[in-house]
Formats: sequence, C-alpha cells, structure tokens
Amino acid sequence: MTLFGKKVPILFSLAIWFIVWELIGQAKLSTIIPPISGVLAAGITILPTAKFSAAVSISLRSFIVGMALALAIGIPLGVVMARVASLGKILGMWVNIFISAPISALVPVLMAVIGIGETTVVITVFLFAVFVIILDTEIGIKQADRSLVEMARCFGARPYQVYTKILFLCALPEILAGVRLGAIRGVKGVVIGQLLIAILGVGELFELYSQHFLMEEFWALVIIVFMFAFAVSESVAFLERRVDYYANTR
Amino acid sequence: MSADAIVEVKEVGKTYDGGVEALTGVSLGLPRGRLSTLLGPSGCGKTTLLKIIAGLIPPSSGEVWVKGKKVDGPGPERAFVFQDFALLPWANVLRNVAFGLELRGTPKEQRFEVARKQIAEVGLSSFESSYPHQLSGGMRQRVGLARALAVDADIILMDEPFSSVDEQTRRKFQEELLELLRHKQKTVIFVTHSIEEAAYLSDQIVLLSPRPGTVSKIIHPNIDRGGRDPDEIRRDKNYLDVVDEIWQILKQYI
Ligand SMILES: Nc1ncnc2c1ncn2[C@@H]1O[C@H](COP(=O)(O)OP(=O)(O)OP(=O)(O)O)[C@@H](O)[C@H]1O
Ligand SMILES: [Mg+2]
Repeated sequence: MTLFGKKVPILFSLAIWFIVWELIGQAKLSTIIPPISGVLAAGITILPTAKFSAAVSISLRSFIVGMALALAIGIPLGVVMARVASLGKILGMWVNIFISAPISALVPVLMAVIGIGETTVVITVFLFAVFVIILDTEIGIKQADRSLVEMARCFGARPYQVYTKILFLCALPEILAGVRLGAIRGVKGVVIGQLLIAILGVGELFELYSQHFLMEEFWALVIIVFMFAFAVSESVAFLERRVDYYANTR
Repeated sequence: MSADAIVEVKEVGKTYDGGVEALTGVSLGLPRGRLSTLLGPSGCGKTTLLKIIAGLIPPSSGEVWVKGKKVDGPGPERAFVFQDFALLPWANVLRNVAFGLELRGTPKEQRFEVARKQIAEVGLSSFESSYPHQLSGGMRQRVGLARALAVDADIILMDEPFSSVDEQTRRKFQEELLELLRHKQKTVIFVTHSIEEAAYLSDQIVLLSPRPGTVSKIIHPNIDRGGRDPDEIRRDKNYLDVVDEIWQILKQYI
C-alpha cells in the first residue's frame, strides 16, 4: 500500500484499518460490527477453550486430508493430461467447468449421498482445491522446455527420469502456484463444508456464535481463519520465491 | 573413405507429421576421428539429419548405422551439443556438466570429478558453482560442450554451436575445438551456416540442397594444418579454393 507517495509497511496499514474499525464499532453504527478491541478480547478468551481446540483439530484434519488427496490426485492427473493429448482434451473440458462452477452448491448433494460428517468436509476441501492444481500442473508441464526433454533423452534418460529430472522441475513454479491457490480454496472448502453441515469444527462455532449473536466471538473466529489461510498461502509463496530464480530465467 | 566410416547414413528420408518433406534419399559416411560439417540453406533439414543420427527422431525411410549397429534411439557413443544450449536452469555448471553421468547412475563423487576435469578443459574452472543465467552465451556453449565430453562419447553432434557468439570468440572456439579433437580422437559432426567455418574446420564438407534436403556434393578440403597459424591457413590457396567452390554451389540456392 502507498500513502502520499510513500510506501507504508503492511503492519502500519493494518493498524490504520483497525483504528477505522474501532471507531465504527465505538460509534455503535451497527450491531454486527463490534469494536475491534472487543473482538480481540473475545479472541483471547476463546483461544484456550477446549471447544475451540477441538474445533481446530477436526478442521485441520479435514483440511490436511482433503489437501493431501487433492495433491496426490491433482498433480499426477495434470501431468497425464499434459502428456496424453486425447486425455487432456476429454478431461480438460470437465476441469474447466468445475474450476468455475460453484462447488458449494454440491455440498448438500454430498451430504445426502455421503452423510453428515467429516468425510463430506474432506471431499468438499478436495473438490475446492483439486481443479486449480490440475490445471496449473497441466499448464506447467505443457510449457516445459522441449529442448531440455530432448537433451535428457539424448543423454540416455529413461522415461521416468524425463519426468523426475526435467518435466517436474520445469513445471515446479506453476505447480506451486496451483498448490497455493488450491490451499486457499481448501480453507474456504473447510469453512463452507462445515458451515453447511453445521455440527462440525469451526463451522459449528460459526453457527453457534451467529445464532446467539456473539458478534465479537464471530469476528474473532473470522480473523483466526483468515490468518490461517494467509499463513498457509505465505508458506507456499515462500517456496515459490525460492524456485523463482530459475523461473525468471527460463 | 567409407570403409572407415563410424556413422553410415543410408538412403534416409524424413517426412514430418504435417506432411513436410525435410529430407529425401540422403546417403553419406562420416569418417572416424574426423570432423565433418553439414552445410546448406536454412530449412534444408540439417537439424533433422543430425537428430536422426542422434536417434532423437526416427527416419521415415532408410536407416542409420553407428559403429556397425543400426540406430533405433540415442546411445552412449553419441553426444549432442545443442544450438540453444539446453542447460538445466536450476542446476549449476558442475551439475549440468555431470548430468549425462547422473542419468547413467554414476556415483556423485565420481561424476563430479569427471565433470571438474571437463570444465577445466573448456576453461570454466572458476564458474563451477555458477548458474546458466549468470553466464554469457559463449560460456553456456562451453558448458554444453563440456557436458558432451563428460560422457566420453566417440561421436559428438553439434548443431550450430557457435552461432550465438561474436567473431573473436568464435575463432577462439574453433582453435580450441581443433586442439581438442587432435588429442581426443573424437568424430565430430558439425552444422554451420558459415562457409569459412566449414572450410576452416572440416575434413569433410557435406553440402545439402534446399528442401527436401539431398546431398548435393561432398568436399574433402585437404588443407594442411600442421603447425601453421590460423591466419596463414586462411590465406592458403586450398582453403580459398574450397570457400569458392562451396560458394559457387550455394549461390544457386539463393
Ligand atoms: N517437428 C517438426 N514438425 C514439422 N516440420 C518440421 C519439424 N521440424 C522441422 N520441420 C521442418 O523441416 C524442415 C527442415 O527443418 P530443419 O530444422 O531440419 O532445417 P535446418 O536445415 O536445420 O534449418 P536451419 O538452418 O534454419 O536451422 C523445415 O522446413 C522445417 O519447417
Ligand atoms: Mg537447424
């Protein structure tokens, strides 16, 4: 962010937003916006509760399992789609439909078919994350330097070595971008899945707070979820920056 | 000459998937331990022929024999130096040069030792841990050459290796290459667009006609290089005659 032509540090700009929020809250303009000081206080009180840590652990578990599935299926599928033209065409259409489709609308169907439980949330996370991972991996592999592949073959690379030593590394920047976007969508998937189910994890807490109109706790939870998504995305971005030095020079 | 041909190209033709006929009925022998150049107008199929010899693409007709065996893919006795270098951008010079050995499963210490020696030979010892994007075009090409030398292939295929360097560097490379060949007994096949380069370096020059490429003439320069300095060779009557002969043929293709 820049202000009066000067670069403002991110913490400082956050502070400005918090002050604005505090003023609006103190002015009691709307009951759904409590002062930020109250929100922070509520956050500090809910953090150590058993209910909160139970909600976090079940949500984290759904997120991790769903993301692991999305990575384990998405990356290989993207690779295959890039390498086998016919498959890429057939599946590409579906990937493009699903990547823009409102996956949330599918959750009630999943609930009906699979039941109201953790599995449904895991699948929701998976569906939210997998398509962007497939798409980015496919793009990365397709753009991989053909002459490097030729070089490797020329020096006697076996087919699996072409994948592990050339194609995968060439596509790494795109794959990581896909993983980062997938992870952000995955966090959305956990929250939306649990909200719709309403008896699990963070979603249950959200439901509880909003029903009892506990706006301070509600916002505290929003901030915690936001910070989690931010931390996940930043840690993937950190990896991305580490491989950037060669992405720029390709 | 063909009695001692390490590579034999027999009636090779190549038609690409799109229907482009790049080569037709190409036959030639490449003498062992000698430097042969492929010369011809742009698009006449020089790269195609080189890749067929390398085993990277299959010919549509005819066959290629290397050391008495029919080619059906790349082999350890052939190494390629690429026009666009084809260096791994994520690996430093040492790893790049050792890459051919890495693919063969040579232990790390051993392959790095070989690579260090080759890097020294192309004069890049102080750049072992640099990355390709930190090097100039000429230096990258040396890395590509060192990589080809590291696998100790008998036959080195080079696709316009000096096309992206300036004239001084180019001449320096030519000397180094000749020097290298003199004491390494390699067979080199070299694609170039430069008549002077072909005449200066080659034991044998293969002139290709425009697409679809066929052999229009094979010239054996027979220039006496023994201990003479480059400028002297470039004033040699034989050398000048060869340059003129090639030019008279290529002129028709413009
Ligand atoms: N993969 C391909 N698919 C279809 N056509 C191709 C392919 N590669 C090359 N060609 C065609 O084959 C012909 C010969 O190409 P090639 O690259 O061998 O020529 P070249 O002699 O190396 O040219 P230059 O001197 O410009 O490098 C060209 O007309 C080219 O368009
Ligand atoms: Mg070419």
